[in-house]
Amino acid sequence: MSDKPVPIPDEISAPFFDGARQGRLMLQHCSACDGWSFPVRERCPHCFAARLAWRQASGRGSLYTFTVMHQVMNPGFASAVPYNIAQIDLEEGVRMTSNVVGIGNDALRIGMKLEAVFEGVGENVSLPKFRPAGR
Amino acid sequence: MPNQPKGAIVGLGVTPMGKIYGRRAVDFAAEAIALALDDAGLSKNDVDGLLINANLPGDMDVRTQMVLGFENLTLVNVMSAYGSTAGSMMQYACMAIREGLANVVVLVYADAPLSPTRGAGQSYAGPHRFPLTGMVGLRAAYGNFGANPEYAMAARRHMHLYGTTTEQFGTIAVNQRNWAQLSPWAQMKKPMTLEDHHASRFIAEPLRLLDCCLVSNGAVAVVVTSPQRARDLKQPPVNVLGYAQCAPGDNLRTDRHPAVETGAKRSGEIAFRMAGITRKDIGTCQLYDCYTYTVLVTLEDYGFCPKGEGGPFVADGKLGPGGALPTNTGGGQLSGYYMWGFTPLSEAVVQARGQGGERQVPRNDFVLVSANGGILNYHSTIILSRHASG
Repeated sequence: MSDKPVPIPDEISAPFFDGARQGRLMLQHCSACDGWSFPVRERCPHCFAARLAWRQASGRGSLYTFTVMHQVMNPGFASAVPYNIAQIDLEEGVRMTSNVVGIGNDALRIGMKLEAVFEGVGENVSLPKFRPAGR
Repeated sequence: MPNQPKGAIVGLGVTPMGKIYGRRAVDFAAEAIALALDDAGLSKNDVDGLLINANLPGDMDVRTQMVLGFENLTLVNVMSAYGSTAGSMMQYACMAIREGLANVVVLVYADAPLSPTRGAGQSYAGPHRFPLTGMVGLRAAYGNFGANPEYAMAARRHMHLYGTTTEQFGTIAVNQRNWAQLSPWAQMKKPMTLEDHHASRFIAEPLRLLDCCLVSNGAVAVVVTSPQRARDLKQPPVNVLGYAQCAPGDNLRTDRHPAVETGAKRSGEIAFRMAGITRKDIGTCQLYDCYTYTVLVTLEDYGFCPKGEGGPFVADGKLGPGGALPTNTGGGQLSGYYMWGFTPLSEAVVQARGQGGERQVPRNDFVLVSANGGILNYHSTIILSRHASG
């Protein structure tokens, strides 16, 4: 286990982190307009309805863009550089930032299909990350 | 024929910039305002409006008006649309002046993030700025700190879609360093070649150190008044012909692409229409350049070239000294100084007045100024002219 920063779930984000711990990618979904939102909203950004509920997302998406980070901005990442940060366009229509795992940085290609995997990062905290789909 | 000016810039104050330690932002602000008023031939008692650009640490707050000893201001506020605020401030100052709410309005940005013990990156976007509680904690958990990786991802997307190259980014950096060597205010004057750019270390691929802006301690203040009052003051007035904002929206939706299609498009269209001029009238651009990529995408969205052709457009060095479209003639934020939107605004005032000395551009009738905030989430445009009207 590294000493990378570990997020602390709060009330509104608890379903996301609870889901991740159980291997499910949870996103907010609006029952009024069928729109999805990310990262967390109190009202639907599509239609303003206050009818958001957490639902399991497919976990499937494609790589929108990425960077390979060399600058160490936090001591927890000192031994991790160079590491990737990626934006993943999920099938549900939200763009999520995460890391792509299970593949070298040199092999990252915009547009490649990805799927969520879950990585334990601390006591009772897991993070959704992404790997090439179908492997 | 240009339209009537909406206001006029009559004073400019720029403090020494860079690694100047031991002073707080508000102290730099006081110095910049004093310089700007002196430049305008006005006194503190003439000021009835103060718009303060909120900085990231939040120490430029509304109490600044008391700290600086102003009295009976009829317009005072702290404004924030991050880096784009300068343009919004100009817009609101001119509207307030036209409405008679105030007559002499000071706009100020000040910041002092640098200290002798921390590097620029840590000073500006260090871990102290990254809370862990809730969804926002994901950013730190994924190692996504500050603006560098976000702009890197935007630049990468552009490269993927349009074939933009690091050589093209580097050309922007080199052109601006060439300008900086001609500016007494610039922090970075050491000559730079394209090879220097390519040899500089990666910060966040594809962005190298020399693709990224500086961080500065310092302040800039600008004095705005009505075009009528401007006629009798010390400096040649710089008329404000047009202004606009555009916030293109959330970039965390797959149907939105502000990373490669910025608010420069819509805000530029509105500002040009208001000014009554076209792109061809612009003799110099002063563009927000937090990264080399920002310049490239802004030029595209203002329509200087078709979308996706920003790379080839800048590749011939037309932005540099002697080029066809002199841009960021003080070195910009990359090589000059980093004062958010007040970097391009301050240089635009110098150029419009014809006071650029060695770096003065030949065509200074109309100057285009951009400012950008967030991760290309906020944009503002100002069009300035030395002409009062057609």
